[in-house]
Amino acid sequence: MPERFITRGFEGKPRATGTTANRVPPGQYLTKDFPVLSAGPTPTTNLRLWSFAIEGLVREKVSWSWADFQKLPAQEFTVDISCVTKWTKLDTRWRGVSIDTLLESVELEPRAGFATAYSDGGYTTNLRLPDLVNGQAFVAYEYDGAPLDPEHGGPARLVVPHLYFWKSAKWVRGLHLTEKETAGFWESLGYHIRGDPWKEERYSGD
Amino acid sequence: MKESTTDDRTLDANAVAGMLETLFGADMTVADSKCAACGREGEVGTLLAYTMAPGVVLRCPACSAVMLRMVETPRGTLVEAKGLAFVRMNR
Amino acid sequence: MATIKAIRDETPRVRSYTLGLPSWTPHRPGQHYDVRLTAADGYSVQRSYSIASGPETDGEIALTVERVVDGEVSPFLHDVAVVGDRIEVRGPIGGYFVWEATLGGPLLLIAGGSGIVPLMAMIRHRAATASRIPTRLLYSSRAPEDIIYANELRDLEARNDGLEVLHTLTRSQPAGWTGYARRIDDAMLAEVRRPLGDAPLVYICGPTPLVEGAANGLVRIGVSAQRIRTERFGPSGK
Ligand SMILES: Cc1cc2nc3c(=O)[nH]c(=O)nc-3n(C[C@H](O)[C@H](O)[C@H](O)COP(=O)(O)OP(=O)(O)OC[C@H]3O[C@@H](n4cnc5c(N)ncnc54)[C@H](O)[C@@H]3O)c2cc1C
Ligand SMILES: [Zn+2]
Repeated sequence: MPERFITRGFEGKPRATGTTANRVPPGQYLTKDFPVLSAGPTPTTNLRLWSFAIEGLVREKVSWSWADFQKLPAQEFTVDISCVTKWTKLDTRWRGVSIDTLLESVELEPRAGFATAYSDGGYTTNLRLPDLVNGQAFVAYEYDGAPLDPEHGGPARLVVPHLYFWKSAKWVRGLHLTEKETAGFWESLGYHIRGDPWKEERYSGD
Repeated sequence: MKESTTDDRTLDANAVAGMLETLFGADMTVADSKCAACGREGEVGTLLAYTMAPGVVLRCPACSAVMLRMVETPRGTLVEAKGLAFVRMNR
Repeated sequence: MATIKAIRDETPRVRSYTLGLPSWTPHRPGQHYDVRLTAADGYSVQRSYSIASGPETDGEIALTVERVVDGEVSPFLHDVAVVGDRIEVRGPIGGYFVWEATLGGPLLLIAGGSGIVPLMAMIRHRAATASRIPTRLLYSSRAPEDIIYANELRDLEARNDGLEVLHTLTRSQPAGWTGYARRIDDAMLAEVRRPLGDAPLVYICGPTPLVEGAANGLVRIGVSAQRIRTERFGPSGK
């Protein structure tokens, strides 16, 4: 098949224009709907058994039940998100707990430099600690004013809007802090270890 | 908690038969396979596929373990099959 | 590369496309083609479409496509593609979800919506090879006007060669309707299976929730999972 065959009349997706153009990272298309991506079946999580933990290189592991988690100071976040499958969605509204707030409950060991977020269903993704702090990341349990839909990661998902959305682990259950970076589910199979959409860090080697 | 191994987005591995055939040069859906996690044996066509994702994931219909993962990148296609105890191309 | 030779309306939301293929290879009933669309800026998408025709038509295949609201590929095929257009395709693909007369029967086919497409290839192949293998099709549609291939199915059934077609209409039924009028359930599956004995060869195709429900139901009423093949098309339209 010729590599550059173009289908007559197929326009693909609209590129961003006008005032929003400078908010859309290179190679991305704007979307209004919220595509659902998943590498496995949506887990059904019993809130009574749900917990969120911070463990690994911390002085003492901390874990919140669902009820405790709801009592933590929550914030509204309005952020733009970019998926490596090339869609960007502007002004998504979330409610949840900043990672800064969560980290106040633990004492990090000096060697801690990276985190692996892990989820129900076995998904993992790796992050550098500097990408999680200073208001850059949060654990969300509401989207657009309603409890986060399971297909979008409910009861709770990590949101790290300044990185490609695969870093924003759905059904997140904890952060495991480490000294060295361990590639997560997609990072271990060709995707970029950090995934900054503005640098178009899609694949390892980009 | 017994988790369901499927949801509304689940497909059969047959849906990615084209990609598998490009990679392996043969129709893989009729090859036999064994799950490394639970030992279930069955044709690759009986596995479950997730395609609305950054890559393609094939899972065991019995225990939901990841059996095969594929990612297409500009530099080539990556395949990981740690979850497959074996595949047998039948004669 | 395929060329669209004809486009036909099947229902208000479903069209069939006859594709001419310069490098045609006979397919096996149940197989699909992958269709790829590429925009001028390099953006491309790919979707699978089952072959509706039997392998008996030389040099061409038919695809039958339901228009999915807000979809990418199916609305393009419905609204933009015209006869004479060239479309990039790859196939035929997949040897798992296939039935040929040589595989025997009795045959139980269960379809939801556009899931009828690969099963129609099997039914057409069965007719073309004058097979008399006992075959029952249970076909779930929303409303009478949504039934794909309605006339052809009626005609094939009228040949009295062992094919029976049972419809269920889940949302609206015409006056005097005698078929099923509910979603597929275990009681319906048991009734439809009974004349075929305990071990029919089963092919189920359609939206994922329907395929899942029917496959689990058949196992519950005692059909061996080994005899059941499924082709999930993905989420059902709202
Ligand atoms: C092996 C295989 C064979 C198939 N054969 C056929 C066939 O013969 N005829 C046919 O019409 N389709 C068939 N399909 C489905 C087809 O591949 C596409 O999924 C479908 O046409 C929707 O694509 P789209 O690009 O139009 O919509 P997308 O852009 O993919 O989806 C748009 C929206 O619709 C939802 N959606 C996705 N798929 C479906 C669906 N199937 N029904 C309802 N909503 C959906 C999505 O979740 C999304 O919200 C087959 C699928 C598989 C895996
Ligand atoms: Zn298994």
